[in-house]
Amino acid sequence: MKKLILIFIVVLPLAVISQEKVNKNNKVSFEVSGNCEMCKIRIEKAAFSVKGVKMAIWDIPSNIISVIHNPNKVSVESLQKAIAAFGHDTPFAKADDGVYAELPMCCQYNRNNME
Amino acid sequence: MKYSLILLLNASCFFSTAQYKLKGTIFTKEASQVIPLPGTSIYWLNSKVGTTTNEEGQFNLVFEKTSDKLVISFVGFKTDTILIQDQKNITHFLISSEAESLDEVTLIKRRQAIQKSYLEAQNIVNVNSAELLKAACCNLSESFETNPAIDVNFSDALTGTKQIKMLGLTSPYLLITEENIPMVRGASQAYGLSFTPGTWIESIQITKGTGSVVNGFESIAGQINTEIKKPFVDVPLFVNLFTSANGRQELNLQGNQKWNNKWSTGLFLHGNQRNQSMDQNGDAFLDVPLAKQVNLLNRWQFTDVEKGWVGFGTIRWMNDEKQIGALGYDPLTDRNSTSIWGSEIKTQRFDASLKIGYVFPEIPYQTLGFQSAYSRHNQDAYYGPRIYEIEHESFYANFLFNSIIWNTKNKFKAGLNIAYDQYYETVDWSYFNRTDRSVGGFFEYSYDNLNNFNLVAGIRGDIHNNIGTFLTPRLHFRYLPNPKTILRSSIGSGRKAANIFAENQTLFGTNRVISIAENGGNIYGLNPEKAWNYGFSIRQLFNLGIGSGDITADYYITNFINQVVVDWEKKHHLAFYNLDGPSLAKSFQLAVDYTPNNTLSFRIAYKNYDVKTTYNSGFLQRPLQAQNRFFANMGWETEPKKNGAQWRWDLTYHAVGKQRLVETFRDINGSYSPSYGLMNSQLTKAFKSNFEIYLGIENFGNYKQTNPIIGVDNPFGVDFDTAQVYAPIFGRMIYAGLRWNL
Repeated sequence: MKKLILIFIVVLPLAVISQEKVNKNNKVSFEVSGNCEMCKIRIEKAAFSVKGVKMAIWDIPSNIISVIHNPNKVSVESLQKAIAAFGHDTPFAKADDGVYAELPMCCQYNRNNME
Repeated sequence: MKYSLILLLNASCFFSTAQYKLKGTIFTKEASQVIPLPGTSIYWLNSKVGTTTNEEGQFNLVFEKTSDKLVISFVGFKTDTILIQDQKNITHFLISSEAESLDEVTLIKRRQAIQKSYLEAQNIVNVNSAELLKAACCNLSESFETNPAIDVNFSDALTGTKQIKMLGLTSPYLLITEENIPMVRGASQAYGLSFTPGTWIESIQITKGTGSVVNGFESIAGQINTEIKKPFVDVPLFVNLFTSANGRQELNLQGNQKWNNKWSTGLFLHGNQRNQSMDQNGDAFLDVPLAKQVNLLNRWQFTDVEKGWVGFGTIRWMNDEKQIGALGYDPLTDRNSTSIWGSEIKTQRFDASLKIGYVFPEIPYQTLGFQSAYSRHNQDAYYGPRIYEIEHESFYANFLFNSIIWNTKNKFKAGLNIAYDQYYETVDWSYFNRTDRSVGGFFEYSYDNLNNFNLVAGIRGDIHNNIGTFLTPRLHFRYLPNPKTILRSSIGSGRKAANIFAENQTLFGTNRVISIAENGGNIYGLNPEKAWNYGFSIRQLFNLGIGSGDITADYYITNFINQVVVDWEKKHHLAFYNLDGPSLAKSFQLAVDYTPNNTLSFRIAYKNYDVKTTYNSGFLQRPLQAQNRFFANMGWETEPKKNGAQWRWDLTYHAVGKQRLVETFRDINGSYSPSYGLMNSQLTKAFKSNFEIYLGIENFGNYKQTNPIIGVDNPFGVDFDTAQVYAPIFGRMIYAGLRWNL
């Protein structure tokens, strides 16, 4: 019984580690347009709505989102598309004008910046 | 010349490789216009590698191995530092410093010394070192005087020990941990809080209601965790001297050394003594003990940020001696006297602990943790003719794994722990030995919708040789109907093996006859204690004038399924028996905190306790438990000057309602203590940021309990009782001290 517990203690985490070694955790960060606390909730929610996204933190001052995702499940492009679908521009995908217009007041970020 | 040319060639060759460069454009927004910012300086943090932007606001900059943080600065704009990981191309907006000045207002806003949790599902109050400085003195048990979440009571008329209560329950029903390792438990229950010097403490976290399953099954009414100062961030040298008018002197010397950016060590030394006999009330007994304590701590911290390792190794050794009883009692000659009553309590304690943590570098949300602790506690004591000795050896280990399910909205903690406790006790002429062994596993899931709802659901299973095999579920919710209103709720169970003598040591200061109603249980013939705790709290933040504050109301119920009842209702008797009937502790607290500006803060609280237990004589409020308490605190401090010079002043008022007394030679059946108020105040003058002196008065209304010792004329008679104490023994007390650090 004691040995079994010991094996459990030692092997379980190792198994978890070795699993993670196959790079299922790709780190990316890119800019997502937005302004405020409300945008932060929106953008992070949008990122988490995509399967394969494990961590998403959007920083208000720099407008940069740091994401850890499983590249086998979701590519950076489709992730950006998904975020853009919520109205927030990303380097690869821009939000539809209609969706953008629906954003809450404080999230109406300036859209001319990429031109 | 040749060399430099080659160098130049090499360099240009290196620089022209585009993939080594970070490209970017810096803009600012003015009205709704986007304007490129030429001449902005861009450099890697802590390096000399930098550049400036061209007319279009564009730049190219080589990557720097030693830094991934890019600093972007331009006069008149807020300097930004951004993390560059995989980007090759960035676009960044600088905000003009006019906008920043708005931010600054919030930055200067005084950091609250007591911070109530906003994000956590549990009801946690964090007490930082600024708050700890407000307490007169000098150890963990005295650190709660300015905090309404915890009530400080007087345990007896002899030892001057303060007893803490939360939700109307005494400290055995709280899990007291040091850096999350169970600490004040078993043998150290009576005096353990006074074995941690105040200056060692970095912060305290108080969790009201049932705690996390990670730390064990013992927390019933709440948890108090103490964080000790960390050598890596603490000052290199700290000196504290303290002296008080009741004859107590203290010395604290603390040194920290950083060997390199990975290893650091701290050596903390504490000594205190009281060698003056004090008897203000003229009962020929010492009001406060003659005492001395030496306390040493050495800890090593290892931090490797790149690889994600952190470790702590700590050893502690403590020797504490108290002499109490009649004035002029000499232990050498009067030890077995039947005419002069005296007592000595000698404690030695050794602690060692090792903690290792690992953060997976690529996935910061996944961590591994290991904690282990060993302690040996040895107390030799006699109280007049009574003997109480206890030796407690303890080993604890905990293995913890933190990670996520799908994403960081869904986190979990899983792990195992083992605990071993060996007790040898001598009570008068009886011996009690006990070994507690337990193995437990836990799983705690937490969900956060990143907006206004989160929950923590935990369950643990334990196999304990004396308590049995059992499950402990715990659940916490937090919901924000709007950003200024926080609702919390919790429910959970807890169990405990009651160390009846260690927890009720103050009752040895009586000549009551002890009896235990054994019923076949494993712990002194009694069954373990079990309780459910559930509670609800609502906190409303508000702004008033330029200041802000909050109103918090909480209500908690602890419902005992089984309990070891400590019954001293009957004259001359002290009985321990298992609960037969209901036992409930209901506590209500209403607190208002308000900070009108940067120099003032107010905190008031009303507390109501309905703590009733089924005794042999009926369903009664616990003795010495005030039903009503009121607390008020006012803090004032000047804006610190550039060199840190500042004045700080603090005033605390406690009102304690009437308390039920048990029938004794002094107090007739059904009597209550009078209600009373206490005031404490402290003034601190900081001359520089690293040197300050403080002066304070405790109990400046000079309220004292008259005749705290019952049957003092005949301390060997049946009526002698020092445990019925409801107010301070010692009157007004003035103290002063200084703090200096390098």
